[in-house]
Amino acid sequence: MRLTLRVWRQKNADAPGAMSTYEVDGISPDMSFLEMLDTLNEELILGGDDPVAFDHDCREGICGACSLVINGDAHGPERTTTCQLHMRSFSDGDTIDIEPWRASAFPVVKDLVVDRSAFDRIIQSGGYITAPTGAAPEAHATAVPKPAADTAFEHAECIGCGACVAACPNGSAMLFTSAKVVHLNSLPQGAPERASRVLDMVGQMDAEGFGGCTNTGECATACPKGIPLFSISTMNREFVRAARKGR
Amino acid sequence: MALDTRTDRRPSFAGLLWGSTVGKKTAMAVSGIVMLLYLVVHMLGNLKIFFGAADFDAYAAWLRTIGEPFLHHEWFLWIARVVLVAAVVVHAVAAYQLSRRDIAARPTNYAHPSPGHHPWPRRFAPHLLLRRRASYATRTMRWGGVILGLFIVWHILDLTTLTVNPRAEAGHPYENVVATFSTWYGNTVYIVAMLALGLHIRHGFWSAAQTLGAGRPGRDRLLRGLANGLAAALTLGFIAVPVSVMTGVVS
Repeated sequence: MRLTLRVWRQKNADAPGAMSTYEVDGISPDMSFLEMLDTLNEELILGGDDPVAFDHDCREGICGACSLVINGDAHGPERTTTCQLHMRSFSDGDTIDIEPWRASAFPVVKDLVVDRSAFDRIIQSGGYITAPTGAAPEAHATAVPKPAADTAFEHAECIGCGACVAACPNGSAMLFTSAKVVHLNSLPQGAPERASRVLDMVGQMDAEGFGGCTNTGECATACPKGIPLFSISTMNREFVRAARKGR
Repeated sequence: MALDTRTDRRPSFAGLLWGSTVGKKTAMAVSGIVMLLYLVVHMLGNLKIFFGAADFDAYAAWLRTIGEPFLHHEWFLWIARVVLVAAVVVHAVAAYQLSRRDIAARPTNYAHPSPGHHPWPRRFAPHLLLRRRASYATRTMRWGGVILGLFIVWHILDLTTLTVNPRAEAGHPYENVVATFSTWYGNTVYIVAMLALGLHIRHGFWSAAQTLGAGRPGRDRLLRGLANGLAAALTLGFIAVPVSVMTGVVS
């Protein structure tokens, strides 16, 4: 396959960036999107140019490191992570636009790499339980109802990639925050901090400069892990409940 | 023993709400529902015009006597006005502040606008993962709200204070309504605003339900159906009046 790539190049956080055009040839449809970028980078390095910086780690769709907006969609045209997107989703001769996540809370570090430590700070503000953990507990010690276990697991799938923020027209982190809040608040182990967790995490989310939710649903559509939109509604319910109790 | 001098000052419920994006949306949802309930009553009351001038004028006069003798003449009307103005102010201020924040949170647009996702996996149940794009109603909430705000100002000047209704006479609501809808601009402004209202309610009602925590997987169709039904009923109910004046059903 022969492709034209228009890639966002930005030297560092302070420099202005722009889209640069590159031609790549000899791309196999079985390559992953990141392998295609590796091919481009090899050519750039051989030509003495600066390779395109992009985040990646496990390359098997579970770590949440990869983060590209491909042709206007977070993680590209398939509903999966960029590393699990394959070039067979594109056609020979295509022009592909590759941009970083866009949100003021996710400043661009270089090229396609953005700083997502705002997510870490949201987790630090309440995405944990205070019960002592250690060896695996006796399974019958704390009974978890099946529906609660299912809800918690569905929300625990979030890998924190930030596609929800990138897809949201308001740069809102509500889907990410709600996935974490609903995951822990559904379980008896998370019950002691049920109220403070939602208040602190929403407070931190606001402090990071993420936008508010207008229920456009773009986040849940972009989410590679299928975190459902109603999880935002559940977090709203938890928030008002906690605010009424005054922590 | 030294006493703990730390004062445990808990933020008030209202303070917690207004201080966060989630709480501000809650205030918008509640004020929106107050306005929505009023609009349902207002629309049903408007339909009295189809029973003739005597019925309509008597209904307008009755509105001023609700609650008597406990309430004084027109007091109910003024209480309703104060509640509605409060709802409009809360709704508009929260919307303005949140919009400012939202625009600041996404300062750069994508060079390539989103085309929509492929259904995936393509072989199985393609409808399940079809990209649900934000609807027209969703994307026009902000400017639709501004249009409705301007309309409310015109509507009050036209049919409450009668300032911009040259042929109007106080105490003759039926004739005043007919006078408004006998002009092309009166009809245009009103019908455009009612279409904007329908769009605003279509997304607003469903969104308010999500904000108030009523969203659940098994209830989405019901909530969307209610939102669409309310939007259609209110728009058609309100537009019925100018259309009837234009077609001569009401004169």
